[in-house]
Amino acid sequence: MSNYSIHKEAPLLEVKNLETAFNIDGEYYNAVDNVSFSVKPRQIVGVVGESGCGKSVMSLSVMQLLPKGVGKIRGGEIVFEGVHLEKMSEKEMNKIRGRDISMIFQEPMTSMNPVFTIGFQLQEVLFNHTNISKAEARQKSVALLKSVGISRPEKIVDEYPHQLSGGMRQRVMIAMAIANQPKLLIADEPTTALDVTVQAQILELLKSIQEVNDMSVIMITHDLGVVAEMCDEVIVMYAGRIVERADVDTLFYNPKHPYTELMMGAIPKMDEDKEELSSIKGIVPSLKNMPATGCRFANRCPKAMPECATITPLLGEVEQGHEVACILYEASMPKEGVKA
Amino acid sequence: MSNTSLVEKENLLEIKNLKTYYPVKGGFFRRTVGNVKAVDDVSFEIKKGETLGLVGESGCGKSTTGRTIIRLLNATDGEILFEGKDITKLRGKTLQAIRQDIQMVFQDPYASLNPMQMVGEIVAEPIKNFKNVSTKDLKEDVMDLLTKVGLPEDAYYKYAHEFSGGQRQRIGIARALALRPKLIIADEPVSALDVSVQSQVLNLLKKLQTEFDLTFLFIAHDLSVVKHMSDRIGVMYLGNMVEIADRNSMYAEPLHPYTQALISAIPMPDPRRKKERIVLEGDVPSPLNPPTGCPFHPRCPAAMAECSQVKPALKEVKPGHRVACHLY
Ligand SMILES: Nc1ncnc2c1ncn2[C@@H]1O[C@H](COP(=O)(O)OP(=O)(O)O)[C@@H](O)[C@H]1O
Ligand SMILES: Nc1ncnc2c1ncn2[C@@H]1O[C@H](COP(=O)(O)OP(=O)(O)O)[C@@H](O)[C@H]1O
Ligand code: SF4
Ligand code: SF4
Ligand SMILES: [Mg+2]
Ligand SMILES: [Mg+2]
Repeated sequence: MSNYSIHKEAPLLEVKNLETAFNIDGEYYNAVDNVSFSVKPRQIVGVVGESGCGKSVMSLSVMQLLPKGVGKIRGGEIVFEGVHLEKMSEKEMNKIRGRDISMIFQEPMTSMNPVFTIGFQLQEVLFNHTNISKAEARQKSVALLKSVGISRPEKIVDEYPHQLSGGMRQRVMIAMAIANQPKLLIADEPTTALDVTVQAQILELLKSIQEVNDMSVIMITHDLGVVAEMCDEVIVMYAGRIVERADVDTLFYNPKHPYTELMMGAIPKMDEDKEELSSIKGIVPSLKNMPATGCRFANRCPKAMPECATITPLLGEVEQGHEVACILYEASMPKEGVKA
Repeated sequence: MSNTSLVEKENLLEIKNLKTYYPVKGGFFRRTVGNVKAVDDVSFEIKKGETLGLVGESGCGKSTTGRTIIRLLNATDGEILFEGKDITKLRGKTLQAIRQDIQMVFQDPYASLNPMQMVGEIVAEPIKNFKNVSTKDLKEDVMDLLTKVGLPEDAYYKYAHEFSGGQRQRIGIARALALRPKLIIADEPVSALDVSVQSQVLNLLKKLQTEFDLTFLFIAHDLSVVKHMSDRIGVMYLGNMVEIADRNSMYAEPLHPYTQALISAIPMPDPRRKKERIVLEGDVPSPLNPPTGCPFHPRCPAAMAECSQVKPALKEVKPGHRVACHLY
């Protein structure tokens, strides 16, 4: 895919200054803090970061699927094809989910009901968004199962989820997600629970669907290998904020944020011999323990300076198309008169 | 660790044709109606001071192998030699004695840590059970262990739930070290951890290996992690050891078609490397009813006629490189 054409196109999804908070003991804490990014048509955007960094909450915010009464979007905009999702009613969102934007999860049973057949569940998804007959829906379900690489789809269509292997269930979940040819698929750790050879099958499948359907994908993963193989662009999240964003090649060959650099050095690589891996001391702070000011990575950062505790770095462009939030870079310094 | 010194070293552990089956009961009389052949012919040896990595996808029998060696499970057949002595059938006191020399570290440290005990007590427990030491010496020893695994000294008075996943794994490691074992079986010790914490624990294990003169059986499904940790690697498929070699030959020239597929399936953290991928068809067959002949033949891209008939034996085809496949 040529990057040139991507840059010319208007984004499919634009998230601006998103803030999502959870109510913990009566007080709201931001799990996603001032997050902005966009996804262009046909682009695969990876989202990486340790667990607890806000990857899932960010995607649930886009889908408007936050747990009711606990989580809420406190600020910012989520614009999909020019429409503000954050202002949609539940009914309007129901039309968009599954038709324009779909989501798949690590655990396929999240999207399936154990008491209904695979065929029934696929047909439900189809009926929700299209006017077709029962016979057509069944036919289409079989075709969908076939398109996600399930052999004997005529038989599987009448089976129940528990009769399938983990990899097969993942395929069915993908079939349900792409039934109405959404423009955007959000995949939250879709292969994390799978064995590596099955993961390879599923990644190959996702890639081919993405190409055939001209779909955009947000690929959430903690596996930098998956990112390198699948994604055009990468967002690195730390403690609810985006700390770096770049095209995949730049991120791997020219990472700028200390967190990204350390993560890259922490993974053992097959083609490398190294006695010691780089490690990051400490852990991601919990929501209640986020530092009130400054860089959230400061207590773990080997390059931290005294100012890091007081100045909140902004995501700024250090090179064309490469954004970093770290005060080692001039572009991340808050501008005069602007409240950080 | 240098490979040259390994040559002269003696075996700490030797496994010969190990089989461990789980009986499947059924019917009115709860009779055994079949066997899950979880480990169905595994042989390998681990030299003193060495790390042998065991990889393979979930269900291939890695944990069962580890649990049989530490005698949490009884072998159905085969031999386990520890320091040259057959421990396969030990019972009672002699078994207890061996248990001091072999310790295990688990994937989910939390499940194996008593929530009602202070961390100090958790680590002290095995020492109390096996050794006669004064309270003062015991406490000193535990404090020392906590420091050596990178926990603060005040960890002694805290409870496991007060710690993060990575720190809990350190507690589990401290307890495993308490009796100064010779062999540690680490079963997926970092699989539940984020990469940043994973690297901390891997670095720690390597450091402790030198410090405590340890030999490791390192079990994991992640081949990159196994390669990083091990001197030699064994690959398992459906209860069988299909290939065993030193880490670099395993990576540079995998011989078994399954190992080749496994390595090719690993996503490489390098966007400039576009590699050929061998995508396997279908799923792993059930160990309740494994295929005849080569266990991999229903999915093997190189299968020949004899593969469905004759089970290939693990044999040495190059110095130090053994493979179970009719192609060699
Ligand atoms: N329902 C919830 N209630 C309270 N806190 C939550 C809830 N869901 C997630 N969080 C918190 O929000 C933060 C981000 O979580 P999440 O988005 O799930 O992280 P990731 O997907 O990156 O692992 C974490 O600190 C997590 O504990
Ligand atoms: N307690 C048990 N009873 C019956 N079957 C078991 C038991 N434990 C494991 N198995 C089966 O034995 C096989 C090997 O399991 P295991 O040794 O846990 O594999 P691994 O550690 O490689 O994932 C699997 O098919 C598993 O389902
Ligand atoms: S702002 Fe400071 S603490 Fe944060 S990443 Fe940059 S150098 Fe480290
Ligand atoms: S013995 Fe035959 S089926 Fe088995 S791995 Fe070798 S070629 Fe493939
Ligand atoms: Mg998540
Ligand atoms: Mg296991």
